[in-house]
Formats: sequence, structure tokens, C-alpha cells
Amino acid sequence: MKTVDLNTSTVRELNQALHDQAKQCDEREWLVTHPAGTHALACGLDQNISVDIEGHAGYYCAGMNQKATVTVHGNAGQGLAENMMSGVVRVTGDASQSAGATGHGGLLVVEGNASARCGISMKGIDIVVKGSVGHMSAFMGQAGRLVVCGDAGDALGDSLYEVRIYVKGEVASLGADCIEKEMREEHIAELSELLQKAAIDEDPKTFRRYGSARQLYHFKVDNASAY
Amino acid sequence: MSDIDVKPGQRESATFDRNTIHEIQRAATTGIYDIRGFGAKRKLPNFDDLLFLGASMSRYPLEGYREKCATDVTLGDRFASKPLHLQTPITIAGMSFGALSANAKEALGRGASEVGTSTTTGDGGMTPEERDQSRHLVYQYLPSRYGMNPDDLRKADAIEVVLGQGAKPGGGGMLLGQKITERVAGMRTLPVGIDQRSACRHPDWTGPDDLAIKIEELREITDWEKPIYIKIGASRTYYDVKLAVKAGADVIVLDGMQGGTAATQEVFIEHVGIPTLAAIPQAVQALQEMDMHRKVQLIVSGGIRNGADVAKAMALGADAVAIGTAALVALGCNDPKWDADYRKLGTAAGFYDDYHEGRDPAGISTQDPALSSRLDPVAAGHRLANYLRVLTMEAQTLARACGKSHLQHLEPEDLVALNVEAAAMARVPLAGTGWIPGQGTY
Ligand SMILES: Cc1cc2nc3c(=O)[nH]c(=O)nc-3n(C[C@H](O)[C@H](O)[C@H](O)COP(=O)(O)O)c2cc1C
Repeated sequence: MKTVDLNTSTVRELNQALHDQAKQCDEREWLVTHPAGTHALACGLDQNISVDIEGHAGYYCAGMNQKATVTVHGNAGQGLAENMMSGVVRVTGDASQSAGATGHGGLLVVEGNASARCGISMKGIDIVVKGSVGHMSAFMGQAGRLVVCGDAGDALGDSLYEVRIYVKGEVASLGADCIEKEMREEHIAELSELLQKAAIDEDPKTFRRYGSARQLYHFKVDNASAY
Repeated sequence: MSDIDVKPGQRESATFDRNTIHEIQRAATTGIYDIRGFGAKRKLPNFDDLLFLGASMSRYPLEGYREKCATDVTLGDRFASKPLHLQTPITIAGMSFGALSANAKEALGRGASEVGTSTTTGDGGMTPEERDQSRHLVYQYLPSRYGMNPDDLRKADAIEVVLGQGAKPGGGGMLLGQKITERVAGMRTLPVGIDQRSACRHPDWTGPDDLAIKIEELREITDWEKPIYIKIGASRTYYDVKLAVKAGADVIVLDGMQGGTAATQEVFIEHVGIPTLAAIPQAVQALQEMDMHRKVQLIVSGGIRNGADVAKAMALGADAVAIGTAALVALGCNDPKWDADYRKLGTAAGFYDDYHEGRDPAGISTQDPALSSRLDPVAAGHRLANYLRVLTMEAQTLARACGKSHLQHLEPEDLVALNVEAAAMARVPLAGTGWIPGQGTY
């Protein structure tokens, strides 16, 4: 295990070290201490390594992650794991706005709550939130799955494309073109697998499913109020 | 298009002219706003309203052909360890694969590379055709983040964070179902055939303070190698440029309201933003006040058509320019050889602007395999290279006439304006006077 102490090293040194060893990949376990809410920690990783951040992370932690497993033992700032491609990002505390934004793949697990716009424009990522999510979550979500074990704020799934959303608690309101859909066997199976991968103990049968009504897929006079 | 059928005495209203009447009828019939491509078509104060003061007694000119007038430019040396060095300051603006065919994108790359300049991806990701054929490729980072991925980010030569476009500052993109083929849909992670609207705001940052952190992240991901551009549509340009510099831009791309688009509401194209001419002096003033002029480079676009436009933009303080519409025309857009096909679409060569419909007879703004195969990327690339060479030589001709050994030595003092509007916007004197309206000088 290699330890990088951000009291004595800079974020630039940390990220460069993580990027530089990518080819040989001789050091697979990294520990980052004293992060103190710094931004852009462990972003742009593209190897099968694990990075444990002992404390709070700032904006864009694990941004554009590929293959790596990044765990924040604390809270994470805006844009956690934004545009993630693959791998696993986990935060043991809460995540600020736009967690998992535009992610194309991989798994993001938030053990606390996630703020507004969680999963905004998501493109294939799976996001599992043990707590609740803020307003406009999964806004314009294109692909992937968002699982919320707590409640969801206003305008959930606004202008949704093909993301499937599972919520256990209350949904304050649904956004334009987002509707509740039937929870069929295949959805229970899919959700059960996601919860298992995220290591979150919940009964998939207690969730409701939401998705796109696909009414905004074409410009139509009838939809004028939604434009 | 013609007045042949109108008898004398039949007076057309200036308020309700034929286009206006047609638009009312169209709106009443369809119930939806008009969407089109191209840029603003209304008459605007522009570069034609400026003239160069050639050298004579008080300044001496350089000899055409014999005396050197350099054209190269370095972009992005503020923070990036690998800035771009281009042979000509005329770059190709970002136009998406999706809006344009893969052949058109390849042709743009070929043409730009032939003359040593850069081309730019667009709202739809990077295609291999384009990467392979482009020596210098700028990768756009847009609100939609379609196809955005770290591998392509690392393959890029520069990153352009797009906040807006001159054709539609404050608006998102749209690509109608006809053009969302399987390949386009796959690259954008969307269902095939839907009418797609992309976001107008970035999903993971809002104000300029956030943008500074976003730029830091992009630099961290790419190890501080790539120049980072910020593209803005011209509106509150003075403030936007200051904020972009503060957010950490290496380069600012300023797109005036004449700038082209692939698909936008007509009302947006014609009624939002300020003309390129008015925007440049604001940007330059902002840069100068921050002591950043020439340190953060300024690329200007929106209605650049010839070498005179290039030279005038540079004299006003731009380091480089970008072209969109003109590049498409050089490839073959609106070519009279397809006139019969344009007429079948109810238009004519020289008028075609329905890029969003995907039925472009020239094979450029389409995803239809039969149509796009009409465009030979090698031949079209050559045409673009020819055109870029002409623009460069024209700009050099004017610069030499003003006694400049480098295009970048052109300065506002080389210019005068033909009318009061242009003088006020460009902040150069009305020809034959010392008067710059609004500057308190006579
Ligand atoms: C067909 C077409 C597609 C465009 N796509 C994009 C795009 O994806 N992203 C972007 O920032 N600008 C886009 N633009 C705007 C250009 O980058 C550029 O700002 C504009 O064309 C410059 O003005 P000009 O056309 O007068 O040269 C597009 C323009 C055209 C004509």
C-alpha cells in the first residue's frame, strides 16, 4: 500500500503519481490522507487500482474514472465521479450536487444522501444512494439506473430519456415526461442485483419504478407547454 | 426570390414584407417555431463597414511576395505544457458529427491539416475519421457531454469548454430525429430517431467560480498538457471575457451573432446576441485591462468570409479566427451543381439552410448514406485547403499594405469605419475624421 499525505504533497503530485504508474500498475492500493476537501482528487484514473481517501473530498473527486475503485471515507463535493466510464466509486458520507453527472458506466454508491441533480444527464452509469436525493435528479438521464433507498426531491427524472429509476421512499414530484411504471419481475431482479453490488441491504420489492413516458421524443404541438 | 411577377403599384409593406407574411402563415399552419441552420441572415454592421488605411508617406508598406509577412500563431501557452502552434490563424470551428456527415468531418480535418491549422469536434463526440485526419484537433466539452470520455480527451490537442454559441447564446443544441441514425445515436447514447435537445447549461457546474474548479479537473485529468479554450457566444462580452480569464482559460473563443448553427429556432438566431464587430473591442478591452491581451489568446468567429475579414478581426485584436459556414461552403455546401436537387426541396443553391432536415443534396449536413457519399472527403478537403490558403494570402496582402511583417502586427490604428454604427462598435474613427462615437474624441 502506498500512502500519499496531502499535508505534504499536492493534488498535482498525487494525480501525476496515480497516472504515471498506470502502465506498469505495480502499486494497486493507494491511501490518501488529509484530503481536507481538496478538489479533483484521484480524477482521470484508468487502471484497476484502489484509492482510499481518508476524509472529505472537494469537487469532481474520481472524475472520469475508468476501472479504478475509489472510496471516500467522508463526504464528497460537487460532481463526484462525474462522467465516470467504469469502476466503482463509493462515498461513506453525503455527496453534493450532480453526483455521477453524465457518467457512462461503472457503479457509484452514496451511503449517505446525495444533493440536487444526482445522476444528471447520466449515460449508462448505475447510481445507488442509501439515503435521499435532491431535486432534479436524473434530469435528462439517457441510460443507466438510479436507485434511491430514501426519498427523492422535486422534478425527479425531468425530461428523461431511457434511465430506469427505483425509489423506495416518497417522491416529492415527478418532472416533465417522467411517470411511474409497473415493477415487473425483471425489474425486481435487476434492482436486487444492483443493491447486492452496492452492498446495501434493502428489499427490492418495496421500491417503485419510474421511467420516461417518451412523449417528448418528438416535437409536437401538443407538447408546447413543455418546451 | 424574384420580383418578376409583381406589377408596379403593388407596394410591398416594409413591416409586413413577404418573408414576414410567410412566417405568420407558416406558424399558423404548423403551430411550432421555425428551426433552421446557417447564421443570422439580417443585415448587421460587419467587417465590410471597415477599411484599411494602406501605407503611404507616414508608414511604408512591405513588398508583396518578397518581404515576409508571417502568419503563424501559438495558442494556449498560458498554462498548458503543449500549446498549439498553427501555420495560419484561420481555424475550423466546432461542428458536430451528427449535424455533419462523417465524410464532411473528415474533409474538414484533411483541409485544415493540409495548411497546418486546427479543426474542432462538436456536440456529438470525436470520430476516428476526424482524429485520424486532423493534425491539430480541439475537443469540445459541451453541456450535453455526448460521447465525452477520458480516452478522447487525452487524444485531443486542446479542450474547448463551450458555454455558448453566437447563433444562440443561452440556448442548447438540437438534432432532429431524421439525423439520429444508429451511429449518431450510439455515440450520443440516445434512442435512434428521436428529436434530441441538448442542455444549455453544464450539468456539474454553474458560475465562474465552479468553472475554475472544473478547468482544474480537466487539467488534472490530462496532466496540464492541453490548452483549455472557453467558447462564449457574444452578448455581455466584456464581463464574460474577464470571468473566463479568471476561471483559468488559456484561450477564449468569441462567437458573434452571425455565427452559424446546425439547427436553432429562427427567432433565436436573429434576435439574441451582438454582432461580431461589436464584440471584439469589448473582449480586447477586458483582456488589456487584465494585462492578458496576447497572453490569453482570442479566437474570433461569426461571419468570417474572406481575407479582409480575417485581417480586420486581427487588427481589432484577435489572435486567430474560426470559420464554420464558410468552411462548409468551401467543401461544397450550396454548390450550384446541386441546384436541381435544392429546388426539389423548395429552395435553391445559395439559399439552403435546412441543415436540421438531414436532406442536404451536397452530402454535408446529412446522415443519409446515399447523400453523404456524394461528398468525396479528399477532394472536398483540397477545396477547403485552397480556400484557407486564399484567406491567408488575402490577409497577408492587406497586412503588407499596412507595413506589417506579421499578421499579428495589424492594429486598430490601421482601420477606419464607413459609418457611425461601425465606428462606434469597432471603436475606430469614422473615415476621414478622428471621431470615434462614444469615446469622446474628435
Ligand atoms: C453545421 C454547424 C454545426 C455546428 N455545431 C457546433 C457545435 O457542435 N458546437 C459549437 O460550439 N458550435 C457549433 N457550431 C458553431 C460554430 O462552431 C461556429 O461558432 C460558427 O459556425 C462560426 O460562425 P460562421 O459560421 O459564420 O463562421 C456549428 C455551426 C454549424 C454551421
